[in-house]
Amino acid sequence: MSPALEILLVAMLTAAACALPGAFLVLRRLSLVSDAISHAVLPGIVLGFFLTENLQHPLLLVLAGASGLLTVYLIELLEKTGRLREDTAIGLVFPALFSVGVLLIARFAGQVHLDTDAVLLGELAFVPFDRLIWRGIDLGPRALWTMAGLLLINALLIRLLYKELVLTTFDAATAAVLGFRPVLLHYLLMGLVAVTVVAAFHAVGAILVIALMIGPPAAALLLARRMPTYLLGSLLFGVLSAVPGYGMARLLDVSIAGSMATMVGVLFCLVWLLAPETGLLARWRRHRRQQRDFALDLLLFHLLHHEHRPEATAERHRATLPLHLNWTDEKFARILEEGQRRGWLRLEGRMVRLTEAGRRHAQKRMETLTPAPHTT
Amino acid sequence: MDFTLRIVMTGAALLGLISGALGTLAVLRRQGLIGDAVAHAALPGIVLAFLLSGSKAPVVLQLGAAVSGTLALLWVQAILRTTRIRFDAALGMALAVFFGLGVVLLSAAQHTAGAAQAGLDRFLFGQAATLLREDLLVMAGAGLLAFALVLAFWKEIQLVLFDEAYAATLGLPVRRLQTLLIVLLVVAIVIGLQTVGVVLMSAVIVAPAAAARQWSSRYGRVLLLAGLFGLLSGALGAWISSLAPRLPTGPLIVLLLTALALLSVLVAPARGLLWQHIRRRQARETARQAVMAVLQELARHHPDAEHPHPTATIQAALGTDVPAEAILRDLERRGKVRHMPDQGWQLTERPPHTP
Repeated sequence: MSPALEILLVAMLTAAACALPGAFLVLRRLSLVSDAISHAVLPGIVLGFFLTENLQHPLLLVLAGASGLLTVYLIELLEKTGRLREDTAIGLVFPALFSVGVLLIARFAGQVHLDTDAVLLGELAFVPFDRLIWRGIDLGPRALWTMAGLLLINALLIRLLYKELVLTTFDAATAAVLGFRPVLLHYLLMGLVAVTVVAAFHAVGAILVIALMIGPPAAALLLARRMPTYLLGSLLFGVLSAVPGYGMARLLDVSIAGSMATMVGVLFCLVWLLAPETGLLARWRRHRRQQRDFALDLLLFHLLHHEHRPEATAERHRATLPLHLNWTDEKFARILEEGQRRGWLRLEGRMVRLTEAGRRHAQKRMETLTPAPHTT
Repeated sequence: MDFTLRIVMTGAALLGLISGALGTLAVLRRQGLIGDAVAHAALPGIVLAFLLSGSKAPVVLQLGAAVSGTLALLWVQAILRTTRIRFDAALGMALAVFFGLGVVLLSAAQHTAGAAQAGLDRFLFGQAATLLREDLLVMAGAGLLAFALVLAFWKEIQLVLFDEAYAATLGLPVRRLQTLLIVLLVVAIVIGLQTVGVVLMSAVIVAPAAAARQWSSRYGRVLLLAGLFGLLSGALGAWISSLAPRLPTGPLIVLLLTALALLSVLVAPARGLLWQHIRRRQARETARQAVMAVLQELARHHPDAEHPHPTATIQAALGTDVPAEAILRDLERRGKVRHMPDQGWQLTERPPHTP
């Protein structure tokens, strides 16, 4: 496997592994907990590094995971006092833990190779250099195996607890009444997030982990109406943003993680703009169409109302109609043309006239718009 | 005290004062993490400002930071208005995407500008020691402007903060006032970036307001107190940092602020958890005395002073304010009463004046 392919594979696996727990975080309005955990793992990593003097040691993962869970616990402890809101609790806990990490590094690791940049930014480009070798056989980059394992664990756990997670996400009270354990499931999900963050940040850095956990599910939420579609969409968008992200990084020779995070945003914006029905473009076009249809209806009603009346001549004149409807001439011309195109209006000399089809349409619209009389 | 330390302490104090006071605007709207998002989202603006101007003057970089921080928040607002995505997800995504873009630009700057870009990343983790006198003037100027705006729109800001719907019915331009709040917050954050860095900035926004909120329920006092807490922690953090080598200022300020917030949650008058605990203990003691009085009364009037009385009888005599069962169990643990199965409760000691 070429190094480029290895990096891309690791990136795609990381994206998939992050999207799964991330999808539930977004639904539970806990997105920012991923932000908190990804920063608060620092003291755990530093402590593990001091104990083992090896950035690869598994103890680092354990301690980082522990400090991630400690973060969640502390946030809830503060929130439960009733004196601080959730956002405030999050905003207090993770900077404090991060500060402890930074102080530890500054005090005791002055000469050692461990800096906060590595934790925050990560460097995917180094992935191919750290290889897993078993009995002399090169099994590929270590990160490839870590991420594949992580994806497997996340997929398995979410598959096993799918029903429980969905129920507690959408209706925790009912779930509790039915005998499920919302709190237990909450901590399980948080544990999953912590493990994912810790395993992923080494390869891709804390910030990309946040982008991959929140961005793809947010994009999927714009399109999906059902849970399975939403989860699949999250996976797909995550994996999809990895490819152009890596491509851009290669092309411009810039940070891979940063480039992938940017692409998550670009992909989200594309979906946001172009989603059928819910996208900004579709909404704008629907709005325009509704405005036009309403204007056309108004013109038809006006003509119908004054038909066979003494004032009909004045009210149907091409020159007076825009004034009476308080429209600009351009708008009137546009609506008139649309009415003629649909065969509802006819221009006879300077007179605008309803066709038979136009009269029928106007009467039908009038009926639907007028409230039905009460029947008692 | 030497000159550098004086500059750094003044800078940190100013930053604490401004960011702390303005942070109340985010915290009281339950959007404390806006600070975190703006701080991260400032990065692309900082790098771009440097790439475009070739200057590393703090004012230039801060301007860039303010622009991209504001853009990120406007993006969040647009997402909230047009989709069903919630605040937390929109904010988290904006934070990560903007920061990612910043990292991309930073790595590009490393290629194009070479060594000239060195020091840009001090905005990531902050370095109070790099503060200069000019920086203080910029801080003070921006802070004064922000406070002047707060004073000018004092009533409007409070209305939008606490009752947006009411503000709208009064005919206030709510959208424009919200933009004003965003701009004020961005100023508060951008001012602090150079000193405490991207990650820790959120604490400087959140902690002073969280602490101040415990001491008062009036907005004016909360704002003043938050500024004061920020000022004290900033100056103290900078001073401690100067006492020993390799003690970065940012983390010290943040830890001091966090300690202050926790202390306030514990001991602030009225809202403090400690007082709540003491009040609860007193209430329980009063309840125990009431239950004992009832039992003694019952014993005095019953022909058999040792006759056990069921919980329902005791509860009826107490009224509904006191949970008889819980208090009786409590008294049982203290050896004052005894529970006779199927019969009820009995005093362990014969009350005085019983026949």
